Amino acid sequence: MKNEMHLEFSALSQNESFARVTVASFIAQLDPTMDELTEIKTVVSEAVTNAIIHGYEENCEGKVYISVTLEDHVVYMTIRDEGLGITDLEEARQPLFTTKPELERSGMGFTIMENFMDDVSIDSSPEMGTTIRLTKHLSKSKALCN
Amino acid sequence: SLGIDMNVKESVLCIRLTGELDHHTAETLKQKVTQSLEKDDIRHIVLNLEDLSFMDSSGLGVILGRYKQIKQIGGEMVVCAISPAVKRLFDMSGLFKIIRFEQSEQQALLTLGVAS
Repeated sequence: MKNEMHLEFSALSQNESFARVTVASFIAQLDPTMDELTEIKTVVSEAVTNAIIHGYEENCEGKVYISVTLEDHVVYMTIRDEGLGITDLEEARQPLFTTKPELERSGMGFTIMENFMDDVSIDSSPEMGTTIRLTKHLSKSKALCN
Repeated sequence: SLGIDMNVKESVLCIRLTGELDHHTAETLKQKVTQSLEKDDIRHIVLNLEDLSFMDSSGLGVILGRYKQIKQIGGEMVVCAISPAVKRLFDMSGLFKIIRFEQSEQQALLTLGVAS
């Protein structure tokens, strides 16, 4: 069975917590482990924070869009903004790379997403925005495959 | 939300965090620590993460920023009582190569020469 939800909210930092908690509660119905829930909350936080800081440069008129689809113990998440876009994707994915060191950004966002998810794909073009697609297979489905 | 409890023991600033450390809450932490470093006679920082329930890469950034601040005045930062989830982020970023870790706050203070 396929189950999906969509969220749209202002690019405000106080919504980072709202976004990760909301996605985690939607996914809770698949009975994930605590580790899996933490991983999902962390990557949602990373992607939403990127949209707010880099996509919209903290202009709260921007909107962040999240879609989550659950299907057979697989979680598909899309986190999208209509902001500035990423000029050099290769560079952006490097651990510790950041365009905003003055804001004390660690440059670990994409590295964390890649470590915690099974698949990460990024579509971005200047002035059009960024779409991040994240896929995670929850452990129960792995057990069933064995 | 993030709870920040700070007290000074001899020349060590002890910071205990509760709740969630993300981009939204990181700025408050930065401001409070910076204020204390300017106002009090601080040499080292002990960061107790025992009751921190969530952290992301913004947390790594703000911790690294405070490490740089304390290093500039010749001091050290010690992190203690870290959860497995937060430890994974530290490991991933290589932050443990420059920031020392101790099991407990008491142990951290002892290594900095503060008897509890």
